[in-house]
Amino acid sequence: MNMPDLQPLMPEIVFLGLALFVLLAELFIKSKETIGLMVIVSVAATAYMIPQSFGVTFSGMFISDGYSSFFKFIFLLNLILTILISIQYIQIERAEFGEYYTVLMFSTLGMMIMASAGDLIVLYLGLELMALSTYILAGFIRHDARSTESALKYFLLGAFSSAILLYGIMLLYGLTGTTDIMKLSSLLMKNGMRLQSIFAIVMVMVAFGFKIALVPFHMWAPDVYEGAPTSITAFMSVGPKAAGFAVIGRVFLTGLEGFSADWRLLLVVLSIATMAVGNIIAIQQHNLKRMLAYSSIAHAGYAVLGVIAGNTEGLSATMNYLLIYAFMNIGAFSVLVLLRNEQERIETLEQIKGLARNHPFASALMLIFMFSLTGIPPTAGFVGKFFLFRALVYSGYTWLAVVAVVFSAISAYFYLRVVMYMYMYEPEEGVTQDISTAAPLGLALLITSLMVIAIGIYPEPFVNFARLVVG
Amino acid sequence: MPGTYLPESYLPIFIFIIIATLFGLGALLIGEIVRLRRPYHEKLMPYESGIDPVGEPRVRFSIRFYVIAMLFVVFDVEAIFLYPWAVVFDKIGLYAFVEMVIFIIILFVGYIYAWKKDAFQWE
Amino acid sequence: MVPLNWYMWLGAVVFSVGMFGFLTRRNVIIMFLSIELMLNGVNISLVALSHYMQDLRGQVLTLFIIAVAAAEAAIGLAIVIAMFRNRQTVHVDEIKEMKG
Repeated sequence: MNMPDLQPLMPEIVFLGLALFVLLAELFIKSKETIGLMVIVSVAATAYMIPQSFGVTFSGMFISDGYSSFFKFIFLLNLILTILISIQYIQIERAEFGEYYTVLMFSTLGMMIMASAGDLIVLYLGLELMALSTYILAGFIRHDARSTESALKYFLLGAFSSAILLYGIMLLYGLTGTTDIMKLSSLLMKNGMRLQSIFAIVMVMVAFGFKIALVPFHMWAPDVYEGAPTSITAFMSVGPKAAGFAVIGRVFLTGLEGFSADWRLLLVVLSIATMAVGNIIAIQQHNLKRMLAYSSIAHAGYAVLGVIAGNTEGLSATMNYLLIYAFMNIGAFSVLVLLRNEQERIETLEQIKGLARNHPFASALMLIFMFSLTGIPPTAGFVGKFFLFRALVYSGYTWLAVVAVVFSAISAYFYLRVVMYMYMYEPEEGVTQDISTAAPLGLALLITSLMVIAIGIYPEPFVNFARLVVG
Repeated sequence: MPGTYLPESYLPIFIFIIIATLFGLGALLIGEIVRLRRPYHEKLMPYESGIDPVGEPRVRFSIRFYVIAMLFVVFDVEAIFLYPWAVVFDKIGLYAFVEMVIFIIILFVGYIYAWKKDAFQWE
Repeated sequence: MVPLNWYMWLGAVVFSVGMFGFLTRRNVIIMFLSIELMLNGVNISLVALSHYMQDLRGQVLTLFIIAVAAAEAAIGLAIVIAMFRNRQTVHVDEIKEMKG
């Protein structure tokens, strides 16, 4: 038997090896900062290998191309930023175990495999590696009832959605006799069992709807995001979501393109419901983490628009949006991490009243991220939304773009309310607004805020890059 | 041949299952019909060496049981990958051997981890 | 001679029983068992399809599902134990710190 070409798989192999090394190193090295640094070095090594890894291997089961690489960069970026904001935070939460970093790495590895999956079996394995690791991370503060509750809810609904996905995969396999994503479409069209095919597609779509929290499969998201450690909320509101989109892009746009009229209709309905529910329920939230959870649901609704547009333009707009979303969302959560001090969690609107008076700098950062999440120029959020809506208009969904703009306008209410509470109220009595000061956290805030502004002012390189890797 | 698989060799097992089921049900049924039924309070109480019952009948197991059970489940099931590998081993040669060694090494890393974390210590 | 349809129906029934159990029961352990039942429904169908199509992929996927389900069981039970230590209950209706 011939040796398969391992070059396309090299980043994953290296990353796995380093993750195992970190797992063992953590048993002997007590300093968690060292472990964090090791992970960052591993990420750098892996990122360096990605551009040299292009190719298809294991008879089409594993595809490394520009598309997957773009997503892998998002995942690695997500990992680095998460680690930067975690180092001090998990000490404050008294959850400082070395496994934290290893499990984060395994989760990222799962996402990378998902982005490169050319076969439903590989896709399933990547998905489970990502999901199982994330369940652990959500419950990482073991002594905190909210954290374990969030892990439990995430686990139950995640496992349920995986089972549904598997049933869909089983049906696709039964209908086509293959699990190769690239061959699915033509084989499905050939054997003509339309109703069964659509049933299978719906099951797969439901499962991914769970993973990226589309309404009506979003019920888990607010509870899980609220209860999980804040750093992990940042991690899983970006990483698994982007991985879900990577898979949706590949499975639906190439694997099931013959049925695009059917799933597109379904996605239009889901996306409108998602934008509506996410933005409207966020208005009622007084807990910032919960508000950001609903905002994250709404943003998934926007990002789906690019997949609906379906062409290169739309897909690259979605990818761009996810990249921008990674910066602004992790940035917003970083500010929440910044506000977590030894005594209390500052999570509600009431607690951040008058924050600008005590901490003008932190408030200014939060202001940037809130503007960006709303989509106000000159921030990156505006650029992301602009290209999404433009792609949508060009492919003939003008009315949908209008709907999305309306919901964006609604979202301004709850994002800007945060700004209002920070700047226009007096601090409440008895609330200590101490902020933690850690260099890595500061670095993460610096990176995210600079990127949010840089992409907002000068978006061309990023937009062109995404277009290049898709096209 | 696809579609013509008839599990004839399982027929004795099938008959055995039916007889075992009938036998078990029959024994219970006959006992139910024949035995006397005179319940009273003391008789219905759970028997605890003659003294009055205290507390819940369900005792909590030591948490160690769960840790051991979890480790067992994971390592036990990973072994299923060895079976298909062993079946075709002579056809796929050195490459598959190296692959399986890598798989075992990854499992071994997990084993070392569990060991260093004292998961195998009974108190 | 057992036709493929029978296996597919069996798989579908087992899957549906699992799904029904997941949606109606409120004990975490039972819900978890229901998920395992759903997975096994898929496994039955996959192995049957694989046999009838004379294609090994279905069986490969089944092996992976079994292995992943074991890992899932370990993690799920660990989470349930952590939950139980904090809350002393395995009933999801009593697990409602967060809502809204």
